[in-house]
Amino acid sequence: MEILKVEGVNKAFGGLKALHDVNLSVEAGTVHAIIGPNGAGKSTLLNCFVGRLIPDTGSVTFNGTTSLIGLKAHEINQTGVSRVFQTPEIFGELTILENVMIPTMARRDGEFSLQFWRRLDADAEVRDKALHMLEDLGLASKKDIIAGSLSRGDKRRLELAMCLVQDPKLLLLDEPTAGMSRADTNNTIDLLQRIGEERGITKVVIEHDMHVVFSLADKISVLAQGTVIAEGTPQAIKGDPRVQEAYLGGAHL
Amino acid sequence: MTSNPTPTRDLAVFVIFAAAVLTMPIWLAPIGAAYPDLLQKFAIYGLFATGFNLLFGLTGYLSFGHAAFLGVGSYTAVWGFKLLGMNPVPAAAMAIVTSGLFAWLIGYVSLRRSGIYFSILTLAFAQMSYNLAYSVLTPITNGETGLRVLQSDPRIFDTAAQSGGPLVSTLFGIEMSGYPGFYFCATFLILGFLVAQRIFRSPFGTMLRAVKSNQNRMNYTGLNPRPYTLAVFVISGMYAGLAGALLCITDPLAGAERMQWTASGEVVLMTILGGVGTLLGPILGAGIIKYFENIFSAFNEHILQDIFSFLPEALQGPVVSISGLFVGEGWHLTLGVLFMIIVILLPGGIMEGVGRITSMVKGGSRKKHQHQTAPAE
Repeated sequence: MEILKVEGVNKAFGGLKALHDVNLSVEAGTVHAIIGPNGAGKSTLLNCFVGRLIPDTGSVTFNGTTSLIGLKAHEINQTGVSRVFQTPEIFGELTILENVMIPTMARRDGEFSLQFWRRLDADAEVRDKALHMLEDLGLASKKDIIAGSLSRGDKRRLELAMCLVQDPKLLLLDEPTAGMSRADTNNTIDLLQRIGEERGITKVVIEHDMHVVFSLADKISVLAQGTVIAEGTPQAIKGDPRVQEAYLGGAHL
Repeated sequence: MTSNPTPTRDLAVFVIFAAAVLTMPIWLAPIGAAYPDLLQKFAIYGLFATGFNLLFGLTGYLSFGHAAFLGVGSYTAVWGFKLLGMNPVPAAAMAIVTSGLFAWLIGYVSLRRSGIYFSILTLAFAQMSYNLAYSVLTPITNGETGLRVLQSDPRIFDTAAQSGGPLVSTLFGIEMSGYPGFYFCATFLILGFLVAQRIFRSPFGTMLRAVKSNQNRMNYTGLNPRPYTLAVFVISGMYAGLAGALLCITDPLAGAERMQWTASGEVVLMTILGGVGTLLGPILGAGIIKYFENIFSAFNEHILQDIFSFLPEALQGPVVSISGLFVGEGWHLTLGVLFMIIVILLPGGIMEGVGRITSMVKGGSRKKHQHQTAPAE
């Protein structure tokens, strides 16, 4: 079953055609990587999935029936799509535990709820779920630290915890290892693989690092100059001459 | 910073706070601040600043038009007296409802923008309200003269005895001026503090801090920041409206100058002086500013000459004339200097100073702990 279907998406910024007739189909339970050289339109495409950009034409359908076009970011999240950013977006002034309790409450109580009389720390259901998630990602010992003071790797881990605690059906990852050392990158790959196996969440990954892409992806779409030029398994993509052309100007990968 | 406020600790703070407010007439006597008019102002402006801080302290949205809600509350309360009688409770209730509605209107438009644009929009709305109160709304506000209760007003629930009596607000036969007036206002300050404390610790309050911290993440977490900011804007407006009503309950006269931008600026000063985002700070700030206003503006040259009479005659003249600039009409100068000193030395306001002193007193063990939780990189 396909969880995300993109058909004929076009997006232009003034005279610049950022996306040209993009078609994409993401199977449930797989890791689908979108790769491509700088300026290929990867981030533009991702932004069309999450309500930050509205495509000029075309459709983005989630879970078979829900059209994501025209929905606001928070509405798209509530349908079951979470997003990890290139630079971790967390609540820097709040504690780690609060950072994870907020998405937990958002999933349970919806986009707005006026609970101003009960205490946050008395909400055992939310607290336990958040703590459990922090333990899973190895952040439980830091739960009372202000999130802004974490190291970059931990911030990314926290952001991942914030997304995972919502039990998303689809997780979008924008360069999850950007700016990381080789060791951190490998840790992140292990973490993402483990999460994939345990939870069966479908993931769409945008990535520059071929090492990451080939370790994680079940299927790869190659984007160049706003169109999908190749699609297939990592093995097929590695050998595809069009990909080598787009990436390396003809040199062999 | 990382200490978790437990329910027990919050209860203790609340009980101590309530006791301190109710005993103000005793412990403020030595500094000459224990007279009813000033005590009423402490309570009323403390309430005003507490409400303002719910918006500014939690969400970071700096409203420069909160005096408009104070004014709306005042006018509504006086109309409550005129129509329903001199009982302060319906007047206060009416003021909370009207100012809440008014805040919903202004907030609905202003909250489309954030940062400086939000501040300017609220400022514009407040100035508009002020000018309208002076001009076209004169039938409702009585313009320059100010709105007051007249013997000829309907006051339908007032008994025959009351309608002939003096035109002051009365609850159970007690006139709401002097100390009874103060205790009436103090009750609302304590209630307002309790509600603010609950909001600070609640899921709602946490969402408001999330608004301040990262609206982008909030959106991508499935939360809509708009209803959160609008809700707290309305709550904050209701606090201001209640404060405005209390001003009229203790002195039944409402004038448009209450809505002027200087009054909006004053509550910003109170909050920053005391400590933005703290529960007690804004109330302390309000108290200090009102104290300075009353004490220093009462000083005149004669009193100064008495104070500096120990100096030799040649010095006394210049010292008196220089310090004279800082008192009486010039008390704002003193306030300005105090404000600058606090903001430069203690960016977190007086509450930051209090925090520093307590951690110094508690000594080294805690200091070590703080170092451990310092940034990892």
